[in-house]
Amino acid sequence: MTPQEETATRNAAPDTLAGWMQNPVRLLVEQASYAYSATAAAAPNFTLGPVTFSARQREIVGILGPNASGKSTLLRVVAGEVKALSGRVELDGRAPGDLPLRDRAQRIAIVHQESNLLFPLRVWEYVLQGRYPYGRRLRFENEADCLMAEKALAQVGAEALTERRMDELSGGERQRVVLARALAQQPQLLLLDEPTRYLDIGGKVELMRRLRRLSEENRYTAVVVTHELNLAAEFFDAIVLLQGGKCVAAGKPEDVYRRNLLEEVFKTPLEVERSSSGRPRVILRGESNDQAAEGDSENAKSEPGGTNKNLS
Amino acid sequence: MRPLTPRRIAWICAGLGAVLFLIVVFSLEVGAFPISVTDVVQTLLRGAAALFTGRWDTIPPSDKLIVFGLRLPRIALGILVGAALSVSGASFQALLRNPLADPYVLGVSSGAALGAICSLVWLTRFPWTMQALAFVGALLTITAVYFLGRRGGQLDSTTLLLAGIIAASFLSAIIMFLMTTVSGRDLRGMAFWLMGDLATPPALRMRFLFIVLLLAIGAIYTTASDLNLILTGEREAHHLGVNVARVKLVVYVGASLLTGLAVSVSGAIGYVGLLIPHVIRMLFGSDYRLLIPASALGGAIAVCLADTLARTIVAPTELPVGAMTAAIGAPVFIYLLRRRLA
Repeated sequence: MTPQEETATRNAAPDTLAGWMQNPVRLLVEQASYAYSATAAAAPNFTLGPVTFSARQREIVGILGPNASGKSTLLRVVAGEVKALSGRVELDGRAPGDLPLRDRAQRIAIVHQESNLLFPLRVWEYVLQGRYPYGRRLRFENEADCLMAEKALAQVGAEALTERRMDELSGGERQRVVLARALAQQPQLLLLDEPTRYLDIGGKVELMRRLRRLSEENRYTAVVVTHELNLAAEFFDAIVLLQGGKCVAAGKPEDVYRRNLLEEVFKTPLEVERSSSGRPRVILRGESNDQAAEGDSENAKSEPGGTNKNLS
Repeated sequence: MRPLTPRRIAWICAGLGAVLFLIVVFSLEVGAFPISVTDVVQTLLRGAAALFTGRWDTIPPSDKLIVFGLRLPRIALGILVGAALSVSGASFQALLRNPLADPYVLGVSSGAALGAICSLVWLTRFPWTMQALAFVGALLTITAVYFLGRRGGQLDSTTLLLAGIIAASFLSAIIMFLMTTVSGRDLRGMAFWLMGDLATPPALRMRFLFIVLLLAIGAIYTTASDLNLILTGEREAHHLGVNVARVKLVVYVGASLLTGLAVSVSGAIGYVGLLIPHVIRMLFGSDYRLLIPASALGGAIAVCLADTLARTIVAPTELPVGAMTAAIGAPVFIYLLRRRLA
């Protein structure tokens, strides 16, 4: 089965009661909202929400939207890093923000982009940090922790990097190692903030395939903030589309990717068509209509961010 | 994959402890009145035995005076100061996420010195006030430097170092002002003390100082695995389950206490807190569970060695030990800075 077919069968299942019993909702975000209070330095208040979506085990949700639309803020609310002002966020029935830090770190792993290290660590040292929430006192790592770290490195195809130093890695290698540390946490919920930012197109597709495959193996639910419209449509089960802090659409990619809506959100003339897998695909309309979709959506994203701030 | 084990920490610390012991013996041996190695070891062994039997008369009185009366207290002071400075340097480096952080460079030593001078000028009657005020001075300074070193809500490495240097020069100005009010006889002693000097024995019992030292290092050590994660970023550490606010409180207070302790007995000895943790990292890696005890021993070794040199190379006069550490430390600091910018 291709990943797409797997996804299709899985998506069909929860519609039946038996399917729901087997795989209940794991992450529930209901009417959640958040607002930044104005500080001396900051621009006007930013409000997010209300946002509603849910995800089951092994499902991947993409958060899309122009720059400054509240994607990262939503991720922070889901992570329990900040508490939702209204509505609720629940992971297996409990609010992440109310969990003790250690319990939360055993359930939720976050992959950030900027992770600059002060002193050069070996890759295995870095991945072992993911075992911190399971340690006691001074947290000397035991055999089981090492096995888990080795497994995580193997899952991202980075066994060969184990003894390398973090500062010697290329962008793609580094990305895989950072993901391995998150996997070593054995999370139920994996949150990724623009994981594809520094990758070339090959690396992006590879990462998406890997996230999809590992969601089967590790049974995590993933929420991914991304700018990759087409990759999100191809690989994710659900999309939450934000604009100026408001959730303008949420649901399956084919329901969210409507031409008028995307054109309005991204302020760019677009076409939406079907890819060979039946998923929607966005093409930039205009002078270069027949170019490959991927390259074009790239250009499409970089444009609207700047202008959107004034409009929202 | 070879994770750090308590056994490895114990071995490395035992090795460093042995080096420290050799340096202590060497330091007891040399000086204006040289004693042979065998006499030094014999005196030490007899002294250790006398702690239990109470029979001090087995030791020749001259050896007893020189070893236990003159040289050993000074060496003990060196061990105390070296361990304190080096652990506080390692702590500041992790919390401020800055490899060039050090109590001297950040102005924390100057803050502690100002506190100590205040107690010398106004509160001479109570021996504890010097340590207490040095601690308060250190804590206030690191708080001020921390907030001055932020830019847009983020700690900025260059701004932080500049803030430290500015704080140090400002505090030195106040110290100079206070020192002019002191009578001439005390002035030379104070000037020497400011440079960093182990010649003056502290007014307090040494064992109390060592208890404070061990308590502060112990408190910092309980957060060692948290510091490892804070090195990769506070936000990431938080996500991995570290209670960042609690760790910061414990370590800032602990490191300020260590700086205050060191400065109150020896003045501002610079660069130990910067260099020793770096050397230990190069030798054994940057895991704080190993780095903290190894730095403590390494700092003790370095200060003992520097002080032995300081009192022998220009014998019969003495250099302040701070001049020795600065002469070695400043060029290495420049080297580290250049390598970081390159």
